[in-house]
Amino acid sequence: MASVTIPKSRSSSTQRLSPKARQRLNAVSMTVLTAVVLFIFLLPMGYGIVTSLKTDTQVSTAGAPWYPASPVTFEYEGRAYDVFEVPVDGRIEEWALINRGRESSEFIDPDNPAAGLIPWEGRWRTLEQAWQWDPVWSNFRDAWTTINFPRLLGNTVFYAVVSTIGAVSSAALVAYGFARYSIPGKGTLFLVVMATIILPPAVTLVPTYAFFNRIGWVGTWWPLIVPQFFANGYNIFLLRQFFLGIPRALDEAAMIDGAGHFRVFWSVILPQARAALLAVTLFHFFFAWNDFFGPLIYLAGNPTLYPITVGLNGFNGLYEGQDNLIQAASLTAAVIPLIVFFFAQKTFIQGVVITGVEK
Amino acid sequence: MEAITPDAITEGTQVGKKEKRGRIEKEQIKWGLIFLSPWLIGIVIFYLLPFIASFGFSLVSFNLAVPEATEFVGFDNWQRALFSDPNVYESFGVTFLFAAISLPIGMIFALMLALLMNSKSVRGKAFFRTMFFMPTMVPLVATVLIWGGVLNEQTGWYNILLQNVFGIEAVGVSGLRWLADPKLIYFTLTFIGLWGVGNTMMITLAGLQGVPTEMYEAAEIDGAGYWRQLISITVPMISPVLFYNIVLGAIGLMQYFLVPFVLNGGNGFPDGTTNYVGIYFYNQAFKFFNMGYGATIAWLIFIVSLVLTVVLFGSARYWVYYAGEE
Repeated sequence: MASVTIPKSRSSSTQRLSPKARQRLNAVSMTVLTAVVLFIFLLPMGYGIVTSLKTDTQVSTAGAPWYPASPVTFEYEGRAYDVFEVPVDGRIEEWALINRGRESSEFIDPDNPAAGLIPWEGRWRTLEQAWQWDPVWSNFRDAWTTINFPRLLGNTVFYAVVSTIGAVSSAALVAYGFARYSIPGKGTLFLVVMATIILPPAVTLVPTYAFFNRIGWVGTWWPLIVPQFFANGYNIFLLRQFFLGIPRALDEAAMIDGAGHFRVFWSVILPQARAALLAVTLFHFFFAWNDFFGPLIYLAGNPTLYPITVGLNGFNGLYEGQDNLIQAASLTAAVIPLIVFFFAQKTFIQGVVITGVEK
Repeated sequence: MEAITPDAITEGTQVGKKEKRGRIEKEQIKWGLIFLSPWLIGIVIFYLLPFIASFGFSLVSFNLAVPEATEFVGFDNWQRALFSDPNVYESFGVTFLFAAISLPIGMIFALMLALLMNSKSVRGKAFFRTMFFMPTMVPLVATVLIWGGVLNEQTGWYNILLQNVFGIEAVGVSGLRWLADPKLIYFTLTFIGLWGVGNTMMITLAGLQGVPTEMYEAAEIDGAGYWRQLISITVPMISPVLFYNIVLGAIGLMQYFLVPFVLNGGNGFPDGTTNYVGIYFYNQAFKFFNMGYGATIAWLIFIVSLVLTVVLFGSARYWVYYAGEE
């Protein structure tokens, strides 16, 4: 990366400038540097958007322009003819090729068809085709229908919503237990919570799968949803951190007023921890939305239940070579998470930071 | 773990009311267990039992396609994995090799972005932060497909850019074949992974913001330049954050699966370089349904991850600086 240009802050390299001018120079160069990094970083996004608007022919034609375009044609006497870029007297003319010949061909000028056929000496095969800006929005519609997007979306939303409800509500209960109650061996239990976070899921997966297979749940949503209702370590950890920060005086006041244990949890703790709950909700929602491995193994052979991720992977296998459709489908799959992110980014990023910094 | 003192109400009670105290403690335990119950049940059903059963599975030859042929084979699966199946060592080997390339690049990239986002000179930081975070939210399958296009050797924009702007022979079969060249594939996969940089970037940024500014001021008076400050102040001060990222990254890579699977169906292309242990586990357990052998590989993944974690935590005391200690 071009990080060499990072200024040696207030060092001697730009001695002649006044401090203010130097500051401004720094600001401009650093901002430009960041923008260049961002440009390189987001180039695939640009590629995806542009490619998703291309025609099939453009995707498979070498030498086609980088932007969505289709070859220019000109209708002459009831037939469509391709338009080429013809060099004439040092200029480039866009003419339609009417009669093809090996060494010389006849063209027509679309701007002035009345002038009739124009003979041109040279091999037409060496000429470049003329292209015009022509985005194909229907790629999105085609991808939408071939992939059966409404069904995938329905499945994904169902999975994300139900498992998020289960994960957040169970984690909140457990985190409250860890934050507020004294139970013998609680420290050890909490270490176990932390251990489950770094335990490789593979090590428990085979027997779990075999068990779900035995009871006939493979090929259904149950193996993916039911375990979420038993609180996962990551969410417990995050919520407990928040709950510990809520002053105990609040619980005690409520208890003195005669509130029961659930009442305190519901009316005192949860409202205080709204930001944390929202962060965990978003985390889990995105986890479920992007989950691939779980649905891949548990829903194998039952395409009607596939979520977007697995459906998209299958689509990729079927439409290899039609990159325009693949890009359209990929972007479609990304739209909803991106919208949610742009609206909730502050909460989301705060949650990320808390899990990372507080350990 | 900070020991939470028994409920403050009990603390306030006076000696002589022991009976009441005992009752309140029992209440505490009862209600504590009620609140913990979802997790307590879950840990047994979804962690403890499968964890033990997984070891049991590794001692049988159990294929889900022919369950009636299941029999106890002792340590045959372990014998096979450790001594006669070269794929196991190879898969751990390529996994470590990939980790050795992708972890440092990923960390340095995240640190670089965090430094830019923390720089006084960069304008529009809120915008940049959002934009650098954004790709993290794209579903990973979509990310892989988008990158699969943009890295195409003929039509991909990176090759076209390299060729037209920097004059590097990049486009075409003799150019940079990001997806097909065994020498490039680890970098390719690393770049795809950079689209998930958001979390690491934000955590690192939070670490940077926690470094006291007086330290930099003092260093400047002593005449330390930018790089000197970066290496002698910034990196040591945020080493706990770097450590956290390395541990999670290393453990995550032991189960690296999705990207190579979506790119080429987990067939190891090119040249076996993407036969990661996560892929090998999937193929054995869920493609060939060798549940016994799959469980053995899973246990190996577990053991290696455990050793890795212990080694990393052991190394921490040599290079991770915790403020407040010493």
